Amino acid sequence: MKRVQVTEGISARCGENILLERYLERGSDEQVGMTITEKILAAHAGLEEVSAGDLLTAKLDLVLANDITGPLAIKEFAKIGVEKVFDQDKVVLIPDHFAPAKDIPSAQQCFEVKCFAQKQQLKHYYEVGRNGIEHCFLPEQGLVVPGDVVIGADSHTCTYGGLGAFSTGVGSTDLAVGMAQGELWFRVPETMKVVLNGKPKNPWVSGKDYILAVIGKIGVDGARYMAMEFTGEAISALSMDGRLTMANMAIEAGAKNGIIAPDEKTVEYVKGRAQRPWKLYQSDADAVYHAVVELDVTDLQPQVAYPHLPSNVKDVAVAAAAKLPIDQVVIGSCTNGRWEDLWTAAQILKNKKVHPDVRVIVIPGTQDIYLQAVREGLVEIFIQAGAVVSTPTCGPCLGGYMGILAKGERAVSTTNRNFIGRMGHPESEIYLTNPAVAAASAVLGRIAAPEEVV
Amino acid sequence: MAEPEKTLDKVDQLKGKVWKVGDDIDTDVIIAARYLNRSEGEYLAEHCLEDLLPNLTAKVKPGDILVAGKNFGCGSSREHAPVALKYAGFSCVIAHSFARIFYRNAINIGLPVIVAPEVAEAVPEGVILEVEPATGVIRDLTNGQTYRGEAFPPFMLEILSAGGAIPYVRKKVNRRDV
Repeated sequence: MKRVQVTEGISARCGENILLERYLERGSDEQVGMTITEKILAAHAGLEEVSAGDLLTAKLDLVLANDITGPLAIKEFAKIGVEKVFDQDKVVLIPDHFAPAKDIPSAQQCFEVKCFAQKQQLKHYYEVGRNGIEHCFLPEQGLVVPGDVVIGADSHTCTYGGLGAFSTGVGSTDLAVGMAQGELWFRVPETMKVVLNGKPKNPWVSGKDYILAVIGKIGVDGARYMAMEFTGEAISALSMDGRLTMANMAIEAGAKNGIIAPDEKTVEYVKGRAQRPWKLYQSDADAVYHAVVELDVTDLQPQVAYPHLPSNVKDVAVAAAAKLPIDQVVIGSCTNGRWEDLWTAAQILKNKKVHPDVRVIVIPGTQDIYLQAVREGLVEIFIQAGAVVSTPTCGPCLGGYMGILAKGERAVSTTNRNFIGRMGHPESEIYLTNPAVAAASAVLGRIAAPEEVV
Repeated sequence: MAEPEKTLDKVDQLKGKVWKVGDDIDTDVIIAARYLNRSEGEYLAEHCLEDLLPNLTAKVKPGDILVAGKNFGCGSSREHAPVALKYAGFSCVIAHSFARIFYRNAINIGLPVIVAPEVAEAVPEGVILEVEPATGVIRDLTNGQTYRGEAFPPFMLEILSAGGAIPYVRKKVNRRDV
């Protein structure tokens, strides 16, 4: 038996740049290269070699829950019949979704999480005021490091792939099992290699535009169950904030995880933050890929995802030409609430005024980002422009609070989902963009390209 | 969340009226985040799919079957979504394909989810379907047509036959204690 890679042809849905390299047969005596995802899972399962489709049990480096998924996980944990979590230093609980609590039931959920953390004497419980949006906070504080296996009861847990870790979202029951046992079963995912070539001519194009363009190309189930491995010169050139944004939205293509090979930038970022030793994995040259998607970003324009799917993308020029009036702009979230995102929005809002018909809500991803934004004058720029600056929270992104849309209202948002009713009334509309487009749109009161304002 | 009441071992057949939804039904639509400040199954069920099919819960009878298109359950990892469907009365969900976190959550809480693209395409709303979870055989009782759904892999059958993920782990933990 031999492993054969076949270039099977072109998927009509994905366009001409997709090659399907299908793995047909594999000899038992043959050493086959592995992808980063396979290597990390193998190492955590105590196996020399794994390949797509294998079922294994992997040790967990970190287990994460928030104020929405935590209470359910705690309830399930109680049923398992163990007293203590597997490791008090490896369970992270962060109230960020409806925190500071928006109402009494939310307060109750936050309180349950806090009580559990106290009872279990968890090292990593972070109260409001010392935390942030979980997926901004964990990398920033060095709680996740390259080479980790992390599960989180939140679908955007895939963010940490930006650091070269395997991380994936799970439900509350899986999380309870993870808290009890420190391990969980996984099916090794097929890997889709996403190669981004070129250097964008448009200075406002960011990691958000890359990932929206990829999702637009392959669809919201284009990478269903797969690992998305982002590579190519555009990824090498991308900032760590941009990489985290890309891995964050891998779930929006249905992926199990997104991952980027760690490089000097990763090490530079991790140094001085990491609370544990890290390990750098690279894919082998002969690793097996289920599919390869290539995108040249040279002429890529900022992308706008129209309602009601993140795959519904158009170039910003097309959206701007439609001159749709907007009511709200949100700049923040686990997708785009990092320093670079706020800094970019501030460059556009500096000495400008928000359009009279628009409200702008800026949400720094963590307390550290917030403080830096205060110190470096960003908060003043936002307030002078007529925006509000909120405490870190997931709030409006999932229609929790702090910016719910009324029937018929239209929002431009740097968040990750524009599903029906995601941010409020089922008849409201969300257009997903990068922070520069969101800021420009705030000024003009309609979806706008950054160069129309600056 | 309630212990899964139904497992493949215990449930011989699932039978009920078909309700249909389309492709890419996300978990925000299954249960909107505005209801996630509570987690009781009965409460979530009242608001299940309400932005798409208002008053659905009042119309669904216990045993009814939800038939969906591609990528059912995409988006958020909220386990509240399969819980809402289960408590709304659906005995199972049949779809062309499922988003992965939803699929895993459904198994974990004991809501059978069956991949059957043919059913998703051919079966109209309102007919009565009968599903044999152990074999994956799906019968349309209105016209006698038979379909085959995807069988569960052995690994998952083990979890399901234990009654879901928690009883499965509890068994393992007890074994270790002995």
